Parts: sequence; C-alpha cells; structure tokens
Amino acid sequence: MKADPKNVLTGSHYLDGNHACAEGAIAAGCKFFAGYPITPSTEIAERVSRRFPLLGGIFIQMEDELASMNAILGAAWGGKKSMTCTSGPGFSLMMENFGLGIMLETPCVLVNVQRGGPSTGLPTLPGQADMMQARWGSHGDYEVIALAPDSPQESFELAIHAFNLSEKYRMPVLIMTDECVGHMTEKVVIPPGEARPYDPVDNGGPPPMLPVGEGHRFHVTGLTHDERGYPVINAEAHEKNVRHLIDKIANNVDDIIWLEEKDVDGADVVVMAYGISSRVMQPAIAKARKEGIKVGQIKMVTVWPFPEKRVRELAAKVKALVMVEMNYGQVFLEMDRCAAGKCKTVLVGHAGGTVHKPEVIYKAIKESVK
Amino acid sequence: MSPIVKEPEKHVHPMEKLLRMDRIPHIWCPTCGLGTTITALAAAIEQLQLDLDDIAIVSGIGCTGRVAGYMKLDSFHTTHGRSIPFAVGLHIARPKTKVIVFSGDGDLISIGGNHFIHTARRNMDLTVICVNNFIYAMTGGQVAPTTPMTAKASTSPYGCCEHPFNLPLLAASSGAAYVARWTALHIRRLTTAIKEAITKRGFSFVEVIAPCSTLYARLNKLGTGLDLMKFYHDNSIIRHGADLKDVDIEYQSKIVVGKFVDIEKPTYLDCLNEGHKRVFGDKYKPYGGDDGDN
Repeated sequence: MKADPKNVLTGSHYLDGNHACAEGAIAAGCKFFAGYPITPSTEIAERVSRRFPLLGGIFIQMEDELASMNAILGAAWGGKKSMTCTSGPGFSLMMENFGLGIMLETPCVLVNVQRGGPSTGLPTLPGQADMMQARWGSHGDYEVIALAPDSPQESFELAIHAFNLSEKYRMPVLIMTDECVGHMTEKVVIPPGEARPYDPVDNGGPPPMLPVGEGHRFHVTGLTHDERGYPVINAEAHEKNVRHLIDKIANNVDDIIWLEEKDVDGADVVVMAYGISSRVMQPAIAKARKEGIKVGQIKMVTVWPFPEKRVRELAAKVKALVMVEMNYGQVFLEMDRCAAGKCKTVLVGHAGGTVHKPEVIYKAIKESVK
Repeated sequence: MSPIVKEPEKHVHPMEKLLRMDRIPHIWCPTCGLGTTITALAAAIEQLQLDLDDIAIVSGIGCTGRVAGYMKLDSFHTTHGRSIPFAVGLHIARPKTKVIVFSGDGDLISIGGNHFIHTARRNMDLTVICVNNFIYAMTGGQVAPTTPMTAKASTSPYGCCEHPFNLPLLAASSGAAYVARWTALHIRRLTTAIKEAITKRGFSFVEVIAPCSTLYARLNKLGTGLDLMKFYHDNSIIRHGADLKDVDIEYQSKIVVGKFVDIEKPTYLDCLNEGHKRVFGDKYKPYGGDDGDN
C-alpha cells in the first residue's frame, strides 16, 4: 500500500472539514471507500465519489454501515488503503466489525463526524459524546487510537496521520471529529510532497499484512487465534492474543500520543479539551490569564490512548484540571481517574447541540482555582 | 531368510492439496452434509484447474462458517452475517482473485440477508455457496428463516409457525446471474454447479440442501444424518429452469433441484467502468484492480 503524491490537491483551498478530510485520505493513498449516507458525515463520501474515478480508486455506497465496515476490511486485505465515514447511529452499527478489524489487525480508517445522541439525537448539530463508545464500543478488551481534529486544516493532516498509524500498528484508526469541524469552512494549505510513508514498527508491533494471492494460503479469523491465524479456544491462547492487541499500543503510547501544550509550566489550572472544544476554550483562557489566573492548556490531538502519564504528573503539580467536552463527562472520567484525588477535577460539559459558551468555561476556570 | 516386513500403506487424502491437514480432525458431526459439499467444492476447483493462489474463501459464523478455516486457500473467518460485505471489499480490491463465500442459511440469509440481496442486485462477481440445513446448528438447533413450517427447533418446540424463505427465488429476484440448488448427495451435479458458479461472471448462488444430523434430525425424529441425506436426495425432483415460485420447500416435502438461472448480465465493475467511461471518455482508465497509475 502506498501513498499517491501526484493526486494530492496541493495549494491553498477554501474547504470544509469533511472535504478536507476526504482530500487527506486521497493524499494518503486511499483507494477504496465504502460508506452509507448519514448526516453530518456525508460530504466525505460525496467528495470521494467525485474524486475517485480519475484517481483509480473505488467508491461504493453499501447497503448499511455493517456492510461498509466489512467492505473496508476486505479491501484492506485485498491490498488497498481503505476508509469509511459515519456518524452516531452508523457508528453504533460499525462497532461490531470495528472489533473484527482489531482482531484481524487490519489497517483502515473510520471517521465519525459526531452529532448529538443518543439514538437519532441531533443529526445536524455537534456533539462529542461518542468518545467512550470509541474507546469501548465493541465487545472485549482492546486498545484504540482516536484522533480529534479541530479544523479543516487538521482534518486534512490527521486523515494522513490516521492512515500511517493504522498501517504502523495494523489496526482500524478512528478520527473522532464533529459536525462543527466537519461543516466549518476555512483555508486549508496543502503543501506539495509526499504523505509520510509507512514505517514498520520495530518493537512489539505486528508483522506486516500478508497479501492475498501470493501463495501464502493464510487463514485469519475473528476467533481467538495463534500466530498462524488458526483458532485456539483456551484461556492461555486468549491471554496471549489479547495481550498482544493491547501491548502493541500500550508499549508505544509515547509514539502515538500527541498533545499540544501551552503555558502548562507553573500553571495553577490546566484546561484540557479535544476537537472543536479546544478552539472554543481559547477566549475563556485568554480572559482568565488577563486577570492573572495561571491557566495552562492541553489540546489532545489523540484522545485514545489517553495521556495517563502526563495527567498523573500534572495532577501532582496543579490545583485543578478542567475538561471541556460536549457531553456529560466521558474523557473527563479518564482525567479524573488519573488525577487520583491529587487535584481538583472539573467537568465543563453539556449534552451537545452547540459548542460551549466561552463564559461558561471562564467561570469554571475561575471557580477551579478558588 | 529375513522376515518380510510389510510397511503400512501410506494413505494420502485425495483432497490434501486443498485442505489444511494440520487442522484435521474437523469439528463437524458424523454424517453432516458439509463433508460432501466441501468435497464438491474441492473437486470443482481441481477440475477447473484454477491456480490456487487466485482463489480466496470467506465464511461467516456457524457450522458452515468454519469451512474457510479448513481450506488451504487464502481464507477469512469473519463475523456473523458479514462474509458477503467482507468479500465485496476483497473482490473489488483484487478483481483477479476469485472470491468464494461459503456459509450457512442463518448466516447468509437471516443476519446477513440485507447484504445478500444487495450484493445480488449489484451483480457483484462473487460465488456464494449456501449450505441450508434448515436450522441454526452451531448454537444448538434454533429456528431459522429457512425452517419449514411445522418443523421443530429448540426455539420452536411446538413446530415452526413462520413461512420460510425460498432461497432460489430470493436470489433470482434480487438479480443473481446464476442460481442452482442441489442436495448434499447430488455430488456430481453439485460439483458441476459449483464449477459453473465459479466460472460465471456475476453473482452466482448455489443452495445445498444438507442434513443436520445432531439437531434437526434428532429434534424432528428423522433418523441419522445419513437417513436424512438420502431422504433429501430421494425426494428431489430435477427441474432445470423451474418457475421459482414453485420451488418452496415444505417440511419433509419433495425438493425441486436443478439449475434455475444462468444468464449473462454486466457485473458491478462492468457497469461502473461503463458509467465512468461514458462521462470521462479517454481520461478514464477502466478499473481492473491496480492502484490506477493514470
């Protein structure tokens, strides 16, 4: 599987986050896209369906999200970089075979343009309430990688990054964006040059994918399996199999975790957020700093795996950690767990449908250092 | 004179080339219909003289779902009901690989029913072999969308009260290019049907009526698997090109078998290439599976 530099839409463009995400996938060399229409993600599928015919890629609109997720797994085993996109209800349907992708260690990218839930919820308005589903939505024990872009520019860049991570760690990688980022239109600058090539893992990572049709006659199964891919139904084999799925991420968290920190040294309070919320919190932080409150910030570009080590370090140093997210406390639970009572933890959350008002975040910051 | 030592004759399984012998013994019950069906598949592949590197097999979950794991081909054991959409992705990514979906009636037609009809509608160039034993066997004999009215299952202890699917009619009306049905004892005819299905360009469907010796036969007091296999064979009526409205299977009824549909029609990729060519002209390079260096 290779990147496709000559098809990259280089230059400066005025794009929304969903279109930018599609262009990022194309730049990464994505050649197979299977999807099912769902607001607010559909622009990704539409863009890909328009662009693919002359790029040698195949877009197929499947009968449902179950099929879409499976088709991208099949295509990955057929040697294509593959991708799907969806939102809330479709994400629920994809969880079954997201798990198959984890078990078969299959590289591919799944974009969830989050909207308000549960159920049909708010199709046209933003949410960040699928974050725990992203982490735990398929059954069993496993690790995930989830990225959260905060702009069209980052939607482009993280799409490429997601493909690279998916191949490096041989697993489906999640882009957990939201309606706000998906539909906001901004300048996107795409430099000429290649997307970062696949760089095999040295330590604890999986072996490369076996290609179909080259005489290996390999077998892969969603059942617990040994190194040959043969089913082995006992506790020892399961321990080994699942341990591998966890270790390949857990042993490489320093490589995967991507945080953007600002003014954290010497801060009394550190505000954490991901995706659109990390932009929405800026005026609140600026106002608090102007008033002399020592506020630092961490934007989580990767949400999963959670930056456990960093939060533990900070909890011992600061008075408070604040999490801003468009839900009633999901990633907050992880922050609170890692803070382990060493500092105050504050959730600035609501049910979704709109981004936070800066005033609410400002008040929370002010309260937190009292 | 030294005694004559007779070395025991070394038996080589005639299908060894196609089976993962390191996984034998298999998990299936004695007199299950899967044995003859897999034999027919193996014979079909051998007779077609296909390069084994150019075939992949995809199964779902269930007794028949385990078939992929015993075939010495690039093989995929996927999730329940999802063998077809997985195969769709694999086929589009590598059109030169012949992708065979081999699964059961519950897997393909109940939980996977939506994928089945849509993939037939698209005339995706896949071969789908459905072993129909009228029951969910792996999980202990529950009622299926193929269970005939009045037949007993572990979740229909008083007899099934639902109309079953007529699989050839479903496949044909959804758009399949090839549809056949045989029983697990029609080994020669079944082999021919599988050969035709693999060779056919487009969505090919072969239904195999097979006994479930341990559950369906026992719950319905129908004797051994072999008795039931013989019953299906002896009660089949060969009627090629039958009107598919008339091929319903009732409880222990006559079973119409034969080749029902064998038509030429453009496949999914044919239509896609034609459609894009119409719009883009020479700028469009027909998709054949490579990464498109145009």
